[in-house]
Amino acid sequence: MNIRIKFRKYGCLKFIGHLDVMRYFQKAMRRAEIDICFSEGFSPHMIMSFAAPLGVGLTSEGEYVDIAVKESLSSKEAVQRLNAVMAEGIDVVSWRLLPDTSKNAMSIVAAADYEVRFREGYEPEDGWKDRFQEFLALSEIQILKETKRGHQEVDIRPWIYDCHLEGDVIIMQVSTGSVHNLKPELLMKSFGDWAGIEIPPFALLVHRKEIYADLGNEHKRKLVTLEALGEEIG
Amino acid sequence: MRKLALSDEILMTIEKPARYIGGEVNAVMKEKEAVDIRFAMCFPDVYEIGMSHLGIQILYDMFNQREDIWCERVYSPWMDLHKVMKEKQIPLFTLESQEPVKNFDWLGITIQYEMCYTNILQILDLAQIPFEAVNRTKEHPFVIGGGPCAYNPEPLADYFDMFYIGEGETQYFRLMDLYKEWKVSGASREDFLKQAAQIPGIYVPSLYEVNYKEDGTINTMQPNCPEAPEKIKKQMVLDVTDTFYPEKPVVPYIKATQDRVVLEIQRGCIRGCRFCQAGMLYRPTRERDLEMLKKSAYAMLKNTGHEEISLSSLSSSDYSQLGELVNFLIDEFGSKNINISLPSLRIDAFSLDVMSKVQDIRKSSLTFAPEAGSQRLRDVINKGLTEEVILEGAGQAFEGGWSRVKLYFMLGLPTETEEDMKGIAWLAEKIAKRYYEVPKEQRHGKCQITVSTSFFVPKPFTPFQWAKMCTKEEFLHRAYVVNHEIKDQLNRKSIKYNWHEADVTVLEGILARGDRKVGAAIRRAYEKGCLYDSWNEFFHNDLWLEAFEECGLDIDFYTTRERALDEVFPWDFIDIGVSRAFLEREWKHAHEEKVTKNCRQGCSGCGAAVFGGGVCYEHQN
Repeated sequence: MNIRIKFRKYGCLKFIGHLDVMRYFQKAMRRAEIDICFSEGFSPHMIMSFAAPLGVGLTSEGEYVDIAVKESLSSKEAVQRLNAVMAEGIDVVSWRLLPDTSKNAMSIVAAADYEVRFREGYEPEDGWKDRFQEFLALSEIQILKETKRGHQEVDIRPWIYDCHLEGDVIIMQVSTGSVHNLKPELLMKSFGDWAGIEIPPFALLVHRKEIYADLGNEHKRKLVTLEALGEEIG
Repeated sequence: MRKLALSDEILMTIEKPARYIGGEVNAVMKEKEAVDIRFAMCFPDVYEIGMSHLGIQILYDMFNQREDIWCERVYSPWMDLHKVMKEKQIPLFTLESQEPVKNFDWLGITIQYEMCYTNILQILDLAQIPFEAVNRTKEHPFVIGGGPCAYNPEPLADYFDMFYIGEGETQYFRLMDLYKEWKVSGASREDFLKQAAQIPGIYVPSLYEVNYKEDGTINTMQPNCPEAPEKIKKQMVLDVTDTFYPEKPVVPYIKATQDRVVLEIQRGCIRGCRFCQAGMLYRPTRERDLEMLKKSAYAMLKNTGHEEISLSSLSSSDYSQLGELVNFLIDEFGSKNINISLPSLRIDAFSLDVMSKVQDIRKSSLTFAPEAGSQRLRDVINKGLTEEVILEGAGQAFEGGWSRVKLYFMLGLPTETEEDMKGIAWLAEKIAKRYYEVPKEQRHGKCQITVSTSFFVPKPFTPFQWAKMCTKEEFLHRAYVVNHEIKDQLNRKSIKYNWHEADVTVLEGILARGDRKVGAAIRRAYEKGCLYDSWNEFFHNDLWLEAFEECGLDIDFYTTRERALDEVFPWDFIDIGVSRAFLEREWKHAHEEKVTKNCRQGCSGCGAAVFGGGVCYEHQN
């Protein structure tokens, strides 16, 4: 059985990198005595894969990890059992059964929602919001992206599916995953470069809200949360 | 949510911020208003090393079982954060509450190796606690040291209010109760020190005067007040089963050096190798009960979620119920994909059978520690491992499919000759030859023999405490002789040779047998920038040499000088149970190349029987 777990990562745990989050979940599975499947071979490892690594310093309420289990508890029980062995800073939100045909989380990630705000004391001068609206109205946003063979100019505008301000908070939905991965920090940097506003290191607080798969076709996106692809076990 | 001592800006610019945030699974949180004593427990090295230490986990668990005490952890900030904290005057904080150590009641520092002494000064410095104990006031915590290096605490005497000599499980609660009384009494800091000095095992250096002879050796060391005892007796847990052992060790977020459950199966060692300090300090050998170990293994694996369990002891093969324990672990946990890691066992049919069950033979290697290259020298050091046994074990292993061997030796042992040095190469060659006697179809390619040598450092409370130590040049010459001889062997391509740094060994030698005078040089070295001396990339031998010179200390006095039999040693005021007369006898036997029986073959009257337990009384029940 394939299970998709949704979790939140917040507080001090934002300083724990992706590899350590993986190790953390492996140990948590053992503490919670989840009946997880292992790979074959001389040094078996847990069958576990994460949707999209979250950078150090970012928080999230929409992280996903898929696991394979031999037998499953009810969703409610499983969430409770995992949360009973978690440290403050990671909470399990849901435990859902995936259809046998579903692809793993990593391969279907297409978009993500973020909330970005300026850390106290790092807000740009007044008027930045107007400039930001102008920036979003651009039909193309060329940036230099680092590639394996040096730098390449790319237009990131098509990768911004939605971006708007709510008060002081920048809400964005951007392309994520293996095809086009647009990080919120890069979007904000290109804004800064374009507007001539310096955005120093640590200025941004980035919070991931949700991760989506795209069930649409080449012509039209149809974003569905990764969570919605599984169902509750009663 | 917990508030961190360091800002996001700092945490995002340093390496591995997880070292400083605490909040790990099983970390103990308490209401600070609800406790009477705040105890900061420190391992003066980087988090990943400190978190791997079993002793601190035991004491952390023990202290926190008491409702009136909150014990928290603190480790050495890494070089990057060290600079930031110095620059911004950020006081050193504990991981749990993230509050400054200087506001605590106690700062306990475990002293596991000599090369951490500058890190101890770093801790005091960053904590903003005066270096010298005499300059501390009631505003400051009491600083207490423990661990193996506390058995010669004199180089650090000025920097500690007191030392705890022995195993922590026995007297700490008594000390804490005394502290609680003192705290409300309004009596002076000196008053408390004098009271503490009356608790067995507590050594308060400021209550002792040392007089020196003209030649620099100690004339007398005596208490300067009636409260301080003349001798400090090592404290020891007699019953290692019915005692404290953590069921819920803290689980680091980042990978610690020991990322596994550690099961301490016994304390002490029956072997009596003459160079080995632990083998003398922790006498008599005491075994934990098998049932207790089984229960502990269950609980710790369940509570941590670790995927590996390892046995810990000085010589696991001597644990009387090892077979049962190991088979239990394999049966119980093997099917749950838990790795079972066995420390260097004596290589024989039993251990090979067990190892083949828990490891991939092709990837794992066999470890032998003959320590000396010739039988003559092995007799000198009382290492009861013979060439026959090694070749027999290696042969069986090669036939079982192993092809990698690690060999550990020491260079610079007392009485060592060129024959002994070359013997290392010859032994490696014999093992390689033995490998190629195995039929070709049964072999897995070439054999790989790794020979590693460290340099011998004489340690207090060993039969070699009188020995002269080699100079750096003598050490390197010895390594050269070995290297040259290995290059001359037929199977040289199957033998790889590594040797240890010599500079740092000389320094270790000074600190290990140092006296109070050495303390000034440690401080001078720290002020010159020495820190993390056990890390190759940060070790500055030149700065240390300057520090000794500026403090008027002669390095040779501490290292290359052979001590007279009646010399008063800086550590003589400590009574470890093993008598000086026994150590002296062993020193003589070493020169006569005479082997001493291990504790189970027959008692040699070392003196440890005075504790009334352990191996000394094994067959009397």
